[in-house]
Amino acid sequence: MLARGFTDPVHDAQGVFRAVMDALARPGTIQALATGLTPPAPLTPELAALALALADADAPLWLDAGLAQSPAVPAFLRFHTGARIADDPAEAAFALVSDAAACPDFSAFAQGMPAYPDRSATLVLAVSALSGDEGWHLDGPGIRESARLSAAPLPADMPARLARNHAGFPQGIDLILAAPGRLAALPRSTRVREG
Amino acid sequence: MTAETGYNFAYLDEGTKRMIRRAILKAIAIPGYQVPFASREMPMPYGWGTGGVQVTAAILGKSDVLKVIDQGSDDTTNAVSIRAFFARTAEVAVTTRTRDATVIQTRHRIPEAPLHASQVLVYQVPIPEPLRFLEPRETETRQLHALAEYGLMHVKLYEDIARHGHIATTYAYPVEVAGRYVMDPSPTPKFDNPKMDDCPALQLFGAGREKRIYAVPPYTRVRSLDFEDHPFRVQTFDRPCALCGAEGVYLDEVLLDDAGGRMFVCSDTDHCEERRADGPIGMEAAHA
Amino acid sequence: MYVAVKGGEAAIANAHRLLAETRRGDTNVPELSVAQIREQMALLVDRVMTEGSLHDPDLAALALKQARGDLIEAVFLVRAYRTTLPRFGASEPVETGAMSLRRRISATYKDLPGGQVLGPTFDYTHRLIDFALAAEGEAPVAAEAEPLADAAHAPRVTDLLGRDGLIEPSAPDDGSAPGDLTREPLDFPADRALRLQALARGDEGFVLALGYSTQRGYGRTHPFVGEIRVGTVAVEFVPEELGFAVPLGEIDLTECQMVNQFHGSAEVPPQFTRGYGLAFGQSERKAMAMALVDRALRAEELGEPVGAPAQDQEFVLAHCDALQATGFVEHLKLPHYVDFQAELELVRRLRAEHAARHGRHETEMKEAAE
Repeated sequence: MLARGFTDPVHDAQGVFRAVMDALARPGTIQALATGLTPPAPLTPELAALALALADADAPLWLDAGLAQSPAVPAFLRFHTGARIADDPAEAAFALVSDAAACPDFSAFAQGMPAYPDRSATLVLAVSALSGDEGWHLDGPGIRESARLSAAPLPADMPARLARNHAGFPQGIDLILAAPGRLAALPRSTRVREG
Repeated sequence: MTAETGYNFAYLDEGTKRMIRRAILKAIAIPGYQVPFASREMPMPYGWGTGGVQVTAAILGKSDVLKVIDQGSDDTTNAVSIRAFFARTAEVAVTTRTRDATVIQTRHRIPEAPLHASQVLVYQVPIPEPLRFLEPRETETRQLHALAEYGLMHVKLYEDIARHGHIATTYAYPVEVAGRYVMDPSPTPKFDNPKMDDCPALQLFGAGREKRIYAVPPYTRVRSLDFEDHPFRVQTFDRPCALCGAEGVYLDEVLLDDAGGRMFVCSDTDHCEERRADGPIGMEAAHA
Repeated sequence: MYVAVKGGEAAIANAHRLLAETRRGDTNVPELSVAQIREQMALLVDRVMTEGSLHDPDLAALALKQARGDLIEAVFLVRAYRTTLPRFGASEPVETGAMSLRRRISATYKDLPGGQVLGPTFDYTHRLIDFALAAEGEAPVAAEAEPLADAAHAPRVTDLLGRDGLIEPSAPDDGSAPGDLTREPLDFPADRALRLQALARGDEGFVLALGYSTQRGYGRTHPFVGEIRVGTVAVEFVPEELGFAVPLGEIDLTECQMVNQFHGSAEVPPQFTRGYGLAFGQSERKAMAMALVDRALRAEELGEPVGAPAQDQEFVLAHCDALQATGFVEHLKLPHYVDFQAELELVRRLRAEHAARHGRHETEMKEAAE
């Protein structure tokens, strides 16, 4: 049987959106995210919540290998969002990555164009650890002086990838890191330095 | 559905809200860049705040407390109308007190009281394109933004100086956001521009007719365009508010008769009322 | 939570009550029914449906009643209602070639298969006020009508021209869903389908004036009315779960095909080109004006010089919508005193500086004279 979606579709979606909005507006801050979802593994409740809140027929999803291989995951997402599941990561508005350590290079995803930098992907990575007290040093819009962020597991070269992504501003992808019950975000406008 | 209206919470259907929310997220990630969005036809006229209303409707939740101002005042007719729209369709709490609000929708002013980090300021924007009156074509202005080619704007401001000795732009004064995009702050008086800089609140801008959303994240550098020999300056008033005695605030000129009688009072009515309620200092000033 | 209720709220409530009373007018005069508006103000209803982008005669009639006959206000009501409706998809293209005709005229041929059918038209009426109508007389009886040619025998003029290769073929249907400018932000350059959509929704007066301007030389297109046809077509829709077309019903349409001169280019031999107009109900003026502007907007595609307003798609599409125009023009009624204060301060300062300069200048002159 298909796992159910939001208990209260209107207000649950609004709550998830506000957490994502606050996270992107204040990079490095940890936002609480209660989902009430029990999606099929390996889709985490947080990844599912992001998809249900923001994806639809106009905003295709891309799933990493772990998610795409489980037949229950695409079925769950299609039913609850109506979104197309894109084979080509470049077509996705949102990419859901369950195995963050194996996250494809950002260049696989839509970067936007110079005149339309908004036509770019948002990557949502499932992580197990997320803290705003240690790790990378962040600065840029949304950050009062400086902030810190650490997340795991991630590819070893993540800081270098984020640096390249930031260097391409205003083009680039935006990154959401979703741990159990909470999330943080690194928009392309954030400069990330190793701590 | 709310029982009273038969419409979805905050009027917009969920698909429209998702579309607007996605645009807001990209706007935050690219400060000052105008994200095109499929603005809906709202039950109020274009030019009367449909962009701001759509942004507010997309972000509003049950626990929000909404304040709506027009010209700095909660009591102007369009502010009353928009506040009533949300009180009816979203059943959210509404307030006139700046510090109690979590979402403030505004037209033409930024409140005098400092905003805080748990607030969102939503601006109603008529013409989002700061270059529009220099270059009417969208295809052209889009390229200029892509190339960060803002010479046209500097030339315009400099021509003002040559002709008038001043930059003759008094409202909708262009700003540069986070060192990249030149942005229209909406037709707020330039008096309010410094409040946008390094502001703890998130600032969202909605232009319904022109179908654009843009944003200034909190704590972001917002610089009013100027020249070394003609630095940006705000308006100053040579007298305090006649009601509360406040100085350094924006004042409305109220005509009292046809013989030149006039008084100057706070444009931000909530700010003025709070000062007067706070006691004798303000009242003395009012009687002075 | 306490809300300060001052003048604004009460004033708005009172204005709404007064509006309701004024709308009704003298209660000694019988109230209009929606059906009366739908039947007897049919052309107005058609225009509200066309610019409102919603085919629903009863709703358009109701909107007109609520709007006290203000056309743009009625369009506004219809549009705002339309936005809240779920969108199931795009219908199959309607086959105007198979239209059940009520009127069909061509200016390019004296006679043609299917014939010229005048139908209900003002064209040759003498515009004399008919005072008999004031007496609310009996319904006039229509002349015994010839049975209209069935559709198969009234082929479109453009199809007849096309058989000889004299007119450009219409673009083939590639099966892709047309864009929807009520759901996607308009992006320039806009394709022809989107331009036609904008023109169909566009204010009749604005589109008319632009079409007229092309006739006066601002983007001349040498138009001939190939054909105007008014009648009823079937609308079909393919639901995803069925996979075949099901009829949704019938609607009245007016279609205008302009045939325009074209001198050809290096690649294309001389041939006629097309301008297209389509509107709900009987809306001939709109369909004709739309066809003129459609053709003018194709200037760039056809390698013609672009310079006139009607050829400039940013200008036309950004300004043709009556709701956008009226909203922004009328928003000037809203208070602007904060910005006006800023301008007042500037003008006073500039005047003071001007006076100071002027004074100093006079002094200098005097000194020089001495």
